[in-house]
Amino acid sequence: MQRINREESFRAKEERLKDLFVRGLSGNNAAYQTFLGELSSYLRAFLRKRLIRLPDEVEDLVQEALLAVHNQRHTYDPSQPLSAWVQAIARYKLVDLFRRRAIYEQRNDTLDDGMDLFSSADAEAAEARRDLNKLLADLPDHFRLPIMHTKLEGLSVREAADLSGMSESAIKVGVHRGLKALAAKIRGAL
Amino acid sequence: MKTEDLITMLAAGAGAVETPAAAQRYALAIGWGAAGATLLMLALLQVRHDIGHALLLPMFWVKVGFVVCLAAASLFAVLRLSRPGAKIHWVPVALGLPVLGMWAIAAFTLIEAEPMERSKLLFGDTWKSCPLLIAMLSVPVFATVLRSMSDLAPTRPRLAGFAAGLLAGSVAAVVYCLHCPELGAPFIGFWYLLGILIPAAGGVLLGNSMLRW
Repeated sequence: MQRINREESFRAKEERLKDLFVRGLSGNNAAYQTFLGELSSYLRAFLRKRLIRLPDEVEDLVQEALLAVHNQRHTYDPSQPLSAWVQAIARYKLVDLFRRRAIYEQRNDTLDDGMDLFSSADAEAAEARRDLNKLLADLPDHFRLPIMHTKLEGLSVREAADLSGMSESAIKVGVHRGLKALAAKIRGAL
Repeated sequence: MKTEDLITMLAAGAGAVETPAAAQRYALAIGWGAAGATLLMLALLQVRHDIGHALLLPMFWVKVGFVVCLAAASLFAVLRLSRPGAKIHWVPVALGLPVLGMWAIAAFTLIEAEPMERSKLLFGDTWKSCPLLIAMLSVPVFATVLRSMSDLAPTRPRLAGFAAGLLAGSVAAVVYCLHCPELGAPFIGFWYLLGILIPAAGGVLLGNSMLRW
């Protein structure tokens, strides 16, 4: 009985998040923002459970995973369970963190059916240690200006283009590549 | 930056995602890469002079079929490995079947052959150059496929690089069939496979460094 309840609640969460995400992918920014907000709670709980020895890293990794979900969102196939896709990304970022810190923990974590991620949520965000604003400020202008104008100041692509003297397509490309460059900076690859 | 602010930032003006499907990207990458490999082959190796005759031989088509099957299976692997959370359960089966098939034909040929002919069937006339030439022809496809892959999201970079190398190697082997004079199944089952595995091994190393995101 408990197992059935657990599966039902999982399915309800999967459906709700997938619906929000798919609407986001087709251009509904409000749905997308709700999706990212709810996802961040699941990510936090998922990562906190797995970073017991590195509690200070949790919020940084939540942010990194959110950025990865955003940058790689074009790889999602709607015929695939959203939980499997998101969990693979979260796990990849987690493993990447361990790899970077050369901590290879023996983890007996064989349950990888994509049902873990939505099993608990944690809405309490800790303070991130890494300041993304600082990393953003370090990006070259052709990345920094498009992100600043369209993503932080809320200008349209056209307004951002007028203000920065860049073309509209350069703004769009700049946002896309700039956020990827930001992810690379976080990994220390840039 | 607080996580909440990051979310607001990511969602602001995010808009619709309109990117071509992964399959389309790879089709384009393989097309360009195969064109590059063909040019390389024409410039450095030339088509075998008796190609008209070869086209009539069943074994020629068995050889082409073998490498085409390998290319198809590795493309399937590449597609799966480019997307987080995609299952790759029967990828090893799809890759293993053509190899086992070719080995079965090879074993049969060797058993049937006169003892004196066996080493000829395995080594042919070109065993020294065949794997290296296939590896050389794989470079263009390798480059275009890795490029497409780095725009996607492989969560197992080494394995994804391996699959990209297999794909590049087997497409190169298809092109190499137009040049190669060998038709012995033991030769193909060993030296062709070795040639295809060279870029695959390179892919493990390159994937580890190039396919991280």
